[in-house]
Amino acid sequence: MTFAGVGTFMTKEISLEHVWVEFGEFTAVQKANLNIAGGEFFSFLGPSGCGKTTLLRCISGFQEPTRGLVKIGGKDMKGVGPNKRPTALIFQNLALFPLRSVADNISFPLEVRGVDKKTRRKRADELLELIALPGQGDKKVSELSGGQKQRVAIARALAVEPDILLLDEPLSALDLKLRQHMRTELRAIQKQVGLTFIYITHDQGEALTMSDRIAVMNKGKIEQIGDGKTIYDHPSTSFVASFVGENNVLEGTVLTNDGKMMQIDAGLGTLFHVESHPAGGPALAPGDACQLFVRPEALKIAKSDNSLNQFETRFVTEEFEGNMRHIVLDAQGKKLKLSLINDGTHSIGASAPVKLDFAPALGIALKPGELASA
Amino acid sequence: MKIKSPTAVIPGIYLALFFAYLFGPLIIMVITAFNSSNFPRVSPWECFTTDWFGKLVADDKLIEGLGNSLLIGVGVVAVAIPIGLAAAIMLSQVGPRLRASLYTIFIAPILVPGVVIGLSTLIFWDRIGTFFNAPYESFFYDGTFLTIFGQVTFIAAYSMLVFLSRIQRFDTTLTEAALDMGATPTQAFVKVLLPFMAPAIGSATVLAFLASLENYNTTVFTIVSSSTFTTVLSSKVRYGLDPSISAVAVIIISITLIGAIIYECRNRYHSKGWSLVVAERPVLKVATHPGSVAAVLGLLAIGAVLFIQNHDSSACTAQILEDKRAIQQKLMEQQSLDTPAVTPAPTTPKLGPLGGEDTGGTSAPSPFGGNAGSIFSPENLSGSAGSTPSTSDAPTSPPSSGVGGIFAPENLTGSGAN
Repeated sequence: MTFAGVGTFMTKEISLEHVWVEFGEFTAVQKANLNIAGGEFFSFLGPSGCGKTTLLRCISGFQEPTRGLVKIGGKDMKGVGPNKRPTALIFQNLALFPLRSVADNISFPLEVRGVDKKTRRKRADELLELIALPGQGDKKVSELSGGQKQRVAIARALAVEPDILLLDEPLSALDLKLRQHMRTELRAIQKQVGLTFIYITHDQGEALTMSDRIAVMNKGKIEQIGDGKTIYDHPSTSFVASFVGENNVLEGTVLTNDGKMMQIDAGLGTLFHVESHPAGGPALAPGDACQLFVRPEALKIAKSDNSLNQFETRFVTEEFEGNMRHIVLDAQGKKLKLSLINDGTHSIGASAPVKLDFAPALGIALKPGELASA
Repeated sequence: MKIKSPTAVIPGIYLALFFAYLFGPLIIMVITAFNSSNFPRVSPWECFTTDWFGKLVADDKLIEGLGNSLLIGVGVVAVAIPIGLAAAIMLSQVGPRLRASLYTIFIAPILVPGVVIGLSTLIFWDRIGTFFNAPYESFFYDGTFLTIFGQVTFIAAYSMLVFLSRIQRFDTTLTEAALDMGATPTQAFVKVLLPFMAPAIGSATVLAFLASLENYNTTVFTIVSSSTFTTVLSSKVRYGLDPSISAVAVIIISITLIGAIIYECRNRYHSKGWSLVVAERPVLKVATHPGSVAAVLGLLAIGAVLFIQNHDSSACTAQILEDKRAIQQKLMEQQSLDTPAVTPAPTTPKLGPLGGEDTGGTSAPSPFGGNAGSIFSPENLSGSAGSTPSTSDAPTSPPSSGVGGIFAPENLTGSGAN
């Protein structure tokens, strides 16, 4: 697909300033502050009910924030209805009009702007060409497959040449293979038209693969904003560490912290050495309680008997996932998960103790906080 | 032959009884429309006749009432459908608490007896008319206006129920999508919600129109001095039925049947299975097109109308009349033999205004038909008088309080003599 020449897209930046949304007693969004640059692919990631859709509705104009400002292209959007904003929203269920043909769906935004029928049809055909559905304009929406509907929804959103495209979990209804295919396709469309994309998802895989930056949300609060690598490798809160990707959690106490390295006692008979990395939220002082996160793929089977951060575990069970082997181990009553690439080199016995270690850079110590429920 | 077990037969019997219960009255009604008897009945069968249709068309009151009914029906549809739609949209958008109480309020007119609605409509608009000092010719006292408003109160609620069931399946994100793509709220309504509601609007229109057409208990109050189809029919029932009422039923049943058949044909014609069947059979495709079905049914209807217009049953009815006369003659002779004392009595009833047998269909038929009508005829009175010869002078000067006596020609002649 190529979107060159589909239209002229002005990219506009968006800023949210101290946005609060309250429904009676319930606070859906609290103090959201962020700037999204023009042409950025920005994702909101969080569990369902975290307020990400409410935030999206604030940007698209279906919801007025209780407090705070929503600015698009530097202009305050207060009192500007959804039909007057330069945004186009792709709904979770796509919201294609079932009684209209594919072409009439795509040209709907032009129809309501009073564009004549011939021009509308021409534009619809152009867009159909570009979403690789040429000559399918007269079909009913119900005759299309899931992926085709998806592309029609995108074409309809692009027909008005919006400045910002908002996507509300548009891939959640598709099957796995199609979802992965659409991920690359969406990213390609965004690169080609250079539009600002704001993408809402609870699927971290989607967020990590497509986004320039991600905001992780929980209970109406933005926990962390950063690119995918930062979010995954250097989470700033316990929630982000446990929500994005899988993580093993060990409760412990900080013994020393010299600004570069920390020593942590997690009750496993070993003193863990962990880098105290700069981005990692509030600094921990000696004596503070902490949560130590080590990702399953960061854990290694110890190669020698006296490596750093080494501790002993016992084998419990194994989950086989084809390319990966996920091994559940028991470390003094704590369940830990170890992920190994299935390259045939590892053999783990059921009875013998397994010695594990991890690199100091891959352990993350954070202030104790709420964990994402599995 | 294999005998089915009784449990397998029961559903069949039940079904037969159910359909007999449902359609039996209709079938009998249709049959009576073609019997020349003055009272709508199946037996005794007299003559096959289509005169009742002619009589129906010639009935100015009924035709005028029908015209009023149609006008009121159109008016009710025009007012009730927008109100019902607005109520349904409102209910679909408010919170659950408010919805429950609003629903109760909207539905209340259905639960209120029609008589109460009729009376209160009449009184309400009369008060308002009085308040504005409106003349009696103003619309505050106009039967058509009052009936439309009286019927709308509950027919709007009916149509709301129809809309509600459809609007519950409406995906509100469609409206949001339309707004998001630059449509004004009006455009979103007209281009997205209305097309979705179109089937419900169609059925609600039919429902509202029929409910208006058949309504009696509200209309009878609100119609004031005017009349509708139903009020004319009910006054007919009260002041003497004849089979032209069955003729009305036949026409209504035919229209309903034709409509239902065309509608069903249309549904089947557009079904997936049938479009596959007719894909390679162009003749069958044309033959089963709802348009051609409608044309065939229309031709049949026109044929039926022509038949009704041209059918002449006067010979048969004359024959029947002759037979009846002969029977009566015989009865009278029998009677005069039994009671020779009252000789002039048998001759007078033939001239009397209630001698149903003589005047045929032109006079108001007695509700008990030809032969049964004779209870009012003086032969019976004289007969009973004859059986009590000790008071033989009673029939000639009956007490004025005697109800039966007012029909007796003796009274007429008696008063004439005075």
